[in-house]
Amino acid sequence: MRWLLIGIVWLYFLVLLVGPILYMASQSFSEGLAAFWTEISRPEALHGFTLTAEITLIVLVLNLIFGTMTALVLARQKFWGQSLVSGVIDLPFAVSPVIAGFMLILLFGPDTLLGTFSGRAQIKVLFALPAMILATLFVTFPFMVRELTPLLHTLGTEEEEAARTLGADEWQVFLKVTLPALRWGLVYGATLTVARAIGEFGAVLVVSGNILLLTQTATLHIYQSYVDFNYVAANAVALTLLAVSFAILTVLEIAKARAESTVAEAGAQ
Amino acid sequence: MKIEVRGLTKKFGSGTAVGNVSFVVHEGELLGLLGPSGSGKTTVLRLIAGLEVPTAGDIFIDGKRVNDLTVQERNIGFVFQHYALFKHLTVFDNIAFGLNIKKWNRRDIEQRVTELLALMSLEGLGGRYPHQLSGGQRQRVAIARALAPRPSVLLMDEPFGAVDAKVRQELREWLIRLHTDLNVTSLFVTHDQEEAMEVSGRIIVFSKGKLEQAGSPADVYEEPATEFVARFIGSMNIVAGVARRGQVQVGSLEFPAPGFPDGQTLQVGFRPYYVKVAEDPARYRQQAKLRHIYFLGVAYRLEIETPDGLILRSRMNKEEFRRCRFTVGQAVSFAVTHFRILPQEGTDGTISSETGKPITGPLTP
Repeated sequence: MRWLLIGIVWLYFLVLLVGPILYMASQSFSEGLAAFWTEISRPEALHGFTLTAEITLIVLVLNLIFGTMTALVLARQKFWGQSLVSGVIDLPFAVSPVIAGFMLILLFGPDTLLGTFSGRAQIKVLFALPAMILATLFVTFPFMVRELTPLLHTLGTEEEEAARTLGADEWQVFLKVTLPALRWGLVYGATLTVARAIGEFGAVLVVSGNILLLTQTATLHIYQSYVDFNYVAANAVALTLLAVSFAILTVLEIAKARAESTVAEAGAQ
Repeated sequence: MKIEVRGLTKKFGSGTAVGNVSFVVHEGELLGLLGPSGSGKTTVLRLIAGLEVPTAGDIFIDGKRVNDLTVQERNIGFVFQHYALFKHLTVFDNIAFGLNIKKWNRRDIEQRVTELLALMSLEGLGGRYPHQLSGGQRQRVAIARALAPRPSVLLMDEPFGAVDAKVRQELREWLIRLHTDLNVTSLFVTHDQEEAMEVSGRIIVFSKGKLEQAGSPADVYEEPATEFVARFIGSMNIVAGVARRGQVQVGSLEFPAPGFPDGQTLQVGFRPYYVKVAEDPARYRQQAKLRHIYFLGVAYRLEIETPDGLILRSRMNKEEFRRCRFTVGQAVSFAVTHFRILPQEGTDGTISSETGKPITGPLTP
């Protein structure tokens, strides 16, 4: 019985996860290493990678700043509507990315206040980088907050108060006490944000317009190549993204192990 | 440095945590704030530290009003109940934290931390992390960290609350020695009356945000100002009776109470060791039945019941107990040799006889 269960899990794992990856890898190299290299070094593919990296980096920085700030405010301050804000933070998890993209289209459309305003200011939001960043921010926002809030609750306020009695001002308290306590949560949240930002498709597809060499990210490039029957290109770019994701996942697992040992240490106290 | 609070009040929402409290901690004193949990004593400590803002009243440290100073500017050392050591820093860096903030140079920091490690018997532990220390060691690191920047006063919130009984005893003795050596004005909070008695030079007793009594451990023990103090500190028999013609009659017991109007209900308190018990029924005037014998290690406690159903506790040393050869259930005689009429809880703590003098006195058995 035990072996049967383990067998089922293995089979499921092979068919659903390992099989497709191996098949995709074999297809990427079906026309040789040279073809693989040509496909991922093609200007369209390179542009896709660069754009994805840009978006990911900007979103990561913004999430690190605003995610930490939001978590701090939620965990440390008491304000009217707190439970509402806390509940709404998870909304991006529940809403389809396509809907998120569509909301941005409506918000920045030419007939709206924001759309008119950005149009007057000569800032192109839709079908350009700003909208793609906003869409990615929307779908990744909960990761940082959800990682940091429980850590802040566990930390409590006594260590921060102790630092204040020793003369530390608010900024020093944050840098020397709060931030070090959050470090593994930040790594964890950042990894999830990066993984999600790299892989985002739906929301970005809707707001970007998928314009070749302009607003086509790596995932959009995979989709376009597939639609155009260029399977080698689709496979090659997909495999590259997969390798990146795998590397991120490894970082995540290490971070998790470290964070758990930190929690165990805290528990031992 | 001297600490003084005047009319200190702190309200949280509709509740009053601290109500109009005034007291002085003299320079170099080790003073204990004693009270049950929720009595507002920790809030008083946090108000003095500047971690809470008072609703009303003034706080003076070294004669200077500090109400408008931030916690950072008050130059106090604070020891938290659960130590609040920085988990990600070593013992050395924990102790050096305040010195780094105050921008001491590296040499001075090293010297000061080494000095404190020695003073706290923590030599060789500078490189450890808090989770690698025992409870007693953590507590000493917390005190060292608070003392490092040479604070003008040391405030400690239940400093022995989180360690086990044996370590607690050692730490108490150690703290008394440390205080004798350093002589820094210290204020600590505890709910443990024995601890307050042993450690403090003076005790302030709190109940429900109010100051009940301030005095030396002996004063507070021997002459409790209120019924609350009497009940909270040590063990006390407390009986109630109505004053009549200058006397309070409680069953067959009579206590003189001159000056109290007829009909006033009075609380009479007496310590167990003022209840003398003899197996000879003719020895004392009062009769009772022995209900229980408790062995306390250093002494025995007898529980007796009077014919009126009053249950009283008596304390007897071992020698006397052995002479008497009591058996549970036997008839005994007893007398109360010393008593005290206690002001009612809820009054302002002054003794309520007309003469304004506390009514206490020996009774002839």
